[in-house]
Amino acid sequence: MIAEAGLAALWLAAGLALYQFVLMILSLRGSIEVSRTMRAIAVVQGALTLIAFAALIVVFARTDLSVALVAENSHSAKPFLYKVAGAWGNHEGSMLMWVTILSVAGAFLALFSRRTSERTLIAGLGAQAALALGFYAFLLVASNPFARLNPAPLEGAGLNPLLQDPGLAFHPPTLYVGYVGLSIAFSLAVGALLTGEVDSRLARAMRPWVLGAWIFLTLGITAGSYWAYYELGWGGYWFWDPVENASLMPWLAATALLHSVGVLAARGALKAWTMMLAVIAFSMSMVGTFLVRSGILTSVHAFAIDPERGAFLLVLLAIYVGAAFALFAWRGASLKEGAPFELISRETGLVINNLLLSVVLGIVFLGTLYPLFVEALSGEKLSVGAPYFNAVAGPLALILAVLVGIGPLLAWRRERRPVLKRLRIPALIGGTALAITIIIAPEMTILPRLGLTVAAYLAAASILPLTGRNPLRAPLATWGMVVSHFGIAVALAGMGANAAFTSERLAIVKPGDTLSVGPWLVQLQQVTPMAGKNWTAMEAELLASRGHGPVTLKPQTRYFSDPPTDTNEAAIETFWNGQLYSVIGKPDQSGGWQVRLWWKPFVTLIWAGGALIAIGGALALLGRVWRRRRRRPDWRRERYA
Amino acid sequence: MKPKNQRLVLVSAALVAVLAAVLLAMWGLRDRASYFYTPADIAGGKAVHGRAVRLGGMVERGSVRHLADGVTIRFVVTDGKASTPVVYRGITPDLFREGSGAVAEGRLQGGTFIADTILAKHDERYMPPELGNLAAEHKAGKTLQK
Repeated sequence: MIAEAGLAALWLAAGLALYQFVLMILSLRGSIEVSRTMRAIAVVQGALTLIAFAALIVVFARTDLSVALVAENSHSAKPFLYKVAGAWGNHEGSMLMWVTILSVAGAFLALFSRRTSERTLIAGLGAQAALALGFYAFLLVASNPFARLNPAPLEGAGLNPLLQDPGLAFHPPTLYVGYVGLSIAFSLAVGALLTGEVDSRLARAMRPWVLGAWIFLTLGITAGSYWAYYELGWGGYWFWDPVENASLMPWLAATALLHSVGVLAARGALKAWTMMLAVIAFSMSMVGTFLVRSGILTSVHAFAIDPERGAFLLVLLAIYVGAAFALFAWRGASLKEGAPFELISRETGLVINNLLLSVVLGIVFLGTLYPLFVEALSGEKLSVGAPYFNAVAGPLALILAVLVGIGPLLAWRRERRPVLKRLRIPALIGGTALAITIIIAPEMTILPRLGLTVAAYLAAASILPLTGRNPLRAPLATWGMVVSHFGIAVALAGMGANAAFTSERLAIVKPGDTLSVGPWLVQLQQVTPMAGKNWTAMEAELLASRGHGPVTLKPQTRYFSDPPTDTNEAAIETFWNGQLYSVIGKPDQSGGWQVRLWWKPFVTLIWAGGALIAIGGALALLGRVWRRRRRRPDWRRERYA
Repeated sequence: MKPKNQRLVLVSAALVAVLAAVLLAMWGLRDRASYFYTPADIAGGKAVHGRAVRLGGMVERGSVRHLADGVTIRFVVTDGKASTPVVYRGITPDLFREGSGAVAEGRLQGGTFIADTILAKHDERYMPPELGNLAAEHKAGKTLQK
């Protein structure tokens, strides 16, 4: 019954989306007054998808095995949290979550948008409805999450045990809010292109959405990276897996958009450019969804091969991206370019930021899709991995990080002061770091060495915007920028340290034997069998010491019976200066066990940096919203400012 | 700058960026993409020695041997037409089994495949697309033989 209610809510929502889209067209052609109706419809539509999503969670929580999706992906013995999280740990459920966030975002736009003109808002809501419509069709036609199974099986087929992890409960929703949050930027851009009202007012309306989506994307990528690091037991934090790239591409585009939307808001410049980026950013979200959900590329995330769904998503992608680009080509040329700026100015700095981010985006995009092109054209199969991405995108990212230190020091419109002088101290710090790496680790490869150098320089350069005035009186948005840019330096330092200083040890050991890794001596105490709710395991007890108080690590190799799978549960011990990472493998005939150890100095800085980047975004968002609150009574005045 | 010139400069900058991305990507992909081969491809001499490639197939039953150091294994990957010996040092991934599918990343050295990484199925449903097709072809071949 609940499943049917969910399905009905979904059909109703689809009907409303169609109505919303038609109203948009009517209102753009004639002059019928629809803004109140449109807002109401958008809100109801969002509520209906929430009902559908809640219904899916309920059938999963109850393990209602007469629903095909539950029977295929859940199991009555699963812990409750993973039953609930299992609702979106599969294709249909995750697409329903995607659509739910899309419509709820549309509802929020309808409820809270006071900055755009009514016409643009209506056009934007119409565009959002058009987006939702395609994905409703995809759900209802090709991926119905509520399909029944008759007769119902006695027990479910379980859930991929790799995904039975708290990471699953939060990682995909976070990432999806980021992905789909960008749809608002897309819809507002399409709406503004339709009405021709591309101005700083639109940019100010768009900015909080971009900022919000970007924060979630940053968090999602950071959390996903940590999840892969501790769950997959390979000791790596980024694999250039197509699915990781699928989340990186919207992030790169959103980062560029975030910076250009600021130019449009502050100076009214880069109009066409910003609209283009808004279209590209959400297109990248859809490309990402297509890559992940069609399972078209080899990936540890690709669950199943399903050409019908892949084709459906590809058609949707082609329609939306094609229509948005066509609209851009039609209306983009008629946009008046905004306020002029000199060659040395904040605007130019942000243009360079955008160009570099776009080039990196292009490189990641081409590298990710290259295997597809080649296979389609020549039938040859190949894969593109870390060697390509690190070598081609790495240096560009470093150049970008150097420029991140300079850009915020430039004045809008025209910079006459000698800005580079202010960078003397950061440059000195970077130079010192370089000298230190040459002395203590002469054999280090070039990329980590430069990474550590740039990190030291940027850590100092990023806080310059707060110097020369009372930092406490600086706007929250400035603080946000500083924290984010500082976070880049921190993450870069972590990546450099991890690449340069990690020590690894792999050996077969018997209980009582000792291994050394980095500064650590690690002794295998014993290996004991364990049992959990739906798994059995062998757990090793490792005693690690480096001079003072030893710590115990307990890595496991787990065996799940439904479906039969085994996984490595790494044990990780965090210290202020790094992480000790341990994995236990298989036994040999003589009573020894494979043990793999890593000592990773300062690896935690990678995720600390990611968190700082997101926190900076949150500060900026708070600053913008708070300022808007304060100004709300006279928001009309801003239009003419 | 006049607004019109400004737009011209911006458009050309964007074009240069696109061009740069394409050229850089092409340069990078020329020798950094690793091709996917089956044992039959390798027997046919398609794989260049010493270059990063991927090898995919089924782990032959009874072929997995542990070397004396306990952490290095040798096994044979087969696609039903030919087979390639593989050496791998490391903890084998979850669900690496004899008789099931695996993809090894590494390079070919004197007829032996030196694997840096092994990707195996992560659960019963996960199958790299390349292998999915391979398994289907394999099955089709068997049916024809009957």
